[in-house]
Amino acid sequence: MSLSTIEVDDVRHEFNSETFRDDYTFSNSPEAIARFPFPFDRDEYMYAVNIEQHMPGPPKSATEFPIDIDEHYVAEMADRARVLKEDPLRCQSLPHMLMAEWDLLDLLMTSMARDYPRWFSLERDGRKWHWINRPLGIEQRFVFGDPTTLPQGPMEYVTRQCQGDFCLLDQRDNNLWLDAGIVTSQADWSLDFDLGMNFIEWHGPVPLAHNMNIFDRALKFLMNLQQGRPVRRLNWTMTVNPRLDTSPENYHRWGIDRTTVTPENVGDKVHLRVELQALWRLPRSNAIVFSIRCYLIKMGELVTQPKWARRIHRVLRDLPPELAEYKGLTNYRAATLEWLSQYDDGAPTSPGFYPD
Amino acid sequence: MSDIKSRPIWGRIRPVAHAARHFVCCEGSSAARHVAETFSPNAEALKQVTILYGNTDRNEEAGHTLDALGAEASLHYPTRQTLLISFKAHLKRLHMGAQIYLCGPEAFLNEATAIAESHGVLKEAVQTELCGANARRVQCVHCKGLIENVAYTPIACEHCGVNLMVRDHYSRRLGAFMGVCVDAEAPGDLPARESF
Amino acid sequence: MAGESFLVRVTHADPVTTSVKRLRMQAIDGKTLPPASAGSHIILTLKTPNRLLKNAYSLLPSSLDGGTYEVAVLRTEDSRGGSTFVHDALSEGSELTISTPVNLFPINRRARHHVLVAGGIGITPIAAMAEELFRDNRSFELHYCIRNEPNGAFLKDLQARYGERVHLYHSDIGERFGVAKALPQQRIDTHLYVCGPEGMIGAVLNDASALGWLQENLHAERFLSPGGGDPFDVVLRRSDIEVTVGEHESLLEAIERVGVDAPHLCRGGACGQCRCSVVEKDGIIQHRDHYLTQEEREAGDAIMTCVSRLKGQRLELDL
Ligand code: HEM
Ligand code: FES
Repeated sequence: MSLSTIEVDDVRHEFNSETFRDDYTFSNSPEAIARFPFPFDRDEYMYAVNIEQHMPGPPKSATEFPIDIDEHYVAEMADRARVLKEDPLRCQSLPHMLMAEWDLLDLLMTSMARDYPRWFSLERDGRKWHWINRPLGIEQRFVFGDPTTLPQGPMEYVTRQCQGDFCLLDQRDNNLWLDAGIVTSQADWSLDFDLGMNFIEWHGPVPLAHNMNIFDRALKFLMNLQQGRPVRRLNWTMTVNPRLDTSPENYHRWGIDRTTVTPENVGDKVHLRVELQALWRLPRSNAIVFSIRCYLIKMGELVTQPKWARRIHRVLRDLPPELAEYKGLTNYRAATLEWLSQYDDGAPTSPGFYPD
Repeated sequence: MSDIKSRPIWGRIRPVAHAARHFVCCEGSSAARHVAETFSPNAEALKQVTILYGNTDRNEEAGHTLDALGAEASLHYPTRQTLLISFKAHLKRLHMGAQIYLCGPEAFLNEATAIAESHGVLKEAVQTELCGANARRVQCVHCKGLIENVAYTPIACEHCGVNLMVRDHYSRRLGAFMGVCVDAEAPGDLPARESF
Repeated sequence: MAGESFLVRVTHADPVTTSVKRLRMQAIDGKTLPPASAGSHIILTLKTPNRLLKNAYSLLPSSLDGGTYEVAVLRTEDSRGGSTFVHDALSEGSELTISTPVNLFPINRRARHHVLVAGGIGITPIAAMAEELFRDNRSFELHYCIRNEPNGAFLKDLQARYGERVHLYHSDIGERFGVAKALPQQRIDTHLYVCGPEGMIGAVLNDASALGWLQENLHAERFLSPGGGDPFDVVLRRSDIEVTVGEHESLLEAIERVGVDAPHLCRGGACGQCRCSVVEKDGIIQHRDHYLTQEEREAGDAIMTCVSRLKGQRLELDL
């Protein structure tokens, strides 16, 4: 079912028309730059169990609402649809995860309709649900719990309409198992390969953190995660060109981009890629959902905040070599640093994430 | 050796005293001899043992050592594929309390453990031991093709032709190591070949 | 880490047998009780005349939509008087505080056959599991051990709904559930769940292990250990403040209550942010975090304020 074009046109202009591939027209408005979830609260970076309660942040910030919808929404959803068309294995769910899929649909629709009533609405009459998505022009009536009443499985249906990648984790045998997910904008890891792994296994390739006991602690913490008490953390990497789909599946196509950085094009080509990751315990399935909401920002946009410019220069300069290698920075770190150094006068930076 | 935690660590097979049944699946003559040695002191348990043997290196003698154990059943198959078809059929009929033993080369263990897992058998119910070649089963992350018996890295994918580095990252569900493009950032520039 | 809590009103209170009482609850503070997975329990805060009690009870089957919770409570001579209070003091209209559901006894959804075993009041989480499996059209069987029929809570309902899947054992005529006899030849992807008196749980688990079942296929009910503990005093040396940490609050919460801004992040013993140096103590630290190493614990000069406590009278912190 579709909405009339008039209703859609009403809200469409609130979103960017942009691309994350080919001509790469993606960019951030000044408002989007101001709310960018900058991940460094000091001038250096190392792995830590940086988990905190997912409490509402200041108005307009990326954490004001549990699920953040921003100006890139419509374009990101189009990019996701394209990835899924070319590679359906980016969305997979083992058979025992169906209840968790419904839980996810409930969480996302409920949050989106509550926090963005201009764009989304949800009416519930017992198990009869009525969903309206104005930016994408979608209207759907369905029976909660009955997958035959939706055009796709519940997880795929709702996440084709929600920014961010999602993983559903089953909890059993004192571990968490990555048994379902939709992953189309990942920082170089494969859902198809990692599907069915436990927390320690899928984190296998991460350097240093295992020996720092980071994953053992995080796992114990997450197994105790309780309903109504979601948590979040930030993770980051760098990407050349604003490409959302930096998957291993397509690495043989995009990897070469890492060799195209020169001191002249850093500002436009090199992007900081921040993942705002949140975790919720789901009520009906006892599963956990892990959302990976990706934010991109060009170096040229980032340096409009002097504190961020100084800080990222220092973080990248002093990054432990294992992390730089793991994050794939080897080929363009030097050029990026050279360009950033013009924005670092050596002045001290204030503590905390926010710009001065 | 890398310390990637997903990499499988094979163990030693040891008959479990209180198991209600023992179910052995092995490939290759050195595995067959090792199974015979391991089970022969457990004469009493042997009435409850089923052995499937993949005679992949055409060694009848090793097969006879297995038969001579006097297990409840000792069945021979000519290839890995036929061995694993039978393995699946037997798995469907197993009951709680059964203990599974897998013994053979790496690529056989890769595939057989994934089959057991897909039949709902917990990894704790499966004992494994590496006996034979280290060559791996590999999934090409680009085209998803599986490549059997990969002895070294890098290797060109036999399906799509991309030059792959075989990582230690391992999927128990797929029963395969990950192969990922090695020269994406420097086309044609391949590191020296390393055997497993 | 405590979850959310809800203020609820008892909307129905009825006897199920002569010694079991069922309570149905609904939220009254404008919230809706979320749905719960089978095997979940909630903590009821009971204001008994002597003291505040926090007791865990398993939830009976819940609907996909949530909205109400039901528990069934057996009258026992427990030392703290919680069940007596539920039976004698709670009735329709009573108001109380409950926690969000926690599930430490979940169904293993990968299993392809489920064996449910209940003894007496242990039927409550087991009945929730049966209902969930039934609703999802999964393969299961239910073994229910009772003294006699009038004593079997929910017996008629279970039989009417699940028919042949229900197997009964009457202890007053000497019937016992035995794994070997009741469960020969279970398919290899079976999981077993047991809830009942401790002795019975132990016997079932032992029998199954002896028959070669793996620990991973066996599940017994567990409750969340209550977060609190005995009260103790804490002195914040740098702030020059003294406060008593109550039995139902964490050390971190007590510190925050007196307005001291103590560092923290995860509030669950994992991130290390709340680590605090101990200046003096007259007891033993109960370390409940996942952060400190064994050596650090033994040294006893640091405490994670979000989860750990003192077993003693007085703790002095560098804060
Ligand atoms: C439970 C849900 C989680 C999922 C599904 C998940 C998934 C992943 C995946 C797939 C990777 C990439 C590994 C690779 O290179 O193949 C990764 C990296 C990582 N994860 Fe997680 N993760 C989760 C939670 C956490 C938590 C709670 C922490 C807390 C410490 C954490 C810390 C990390 C770190 C430090 C990295 C390396 C990132 C980098 O340097 O770019 N993860 N995670
Ligand atoms: S707040 Fe994270 S360990 Fe205490």
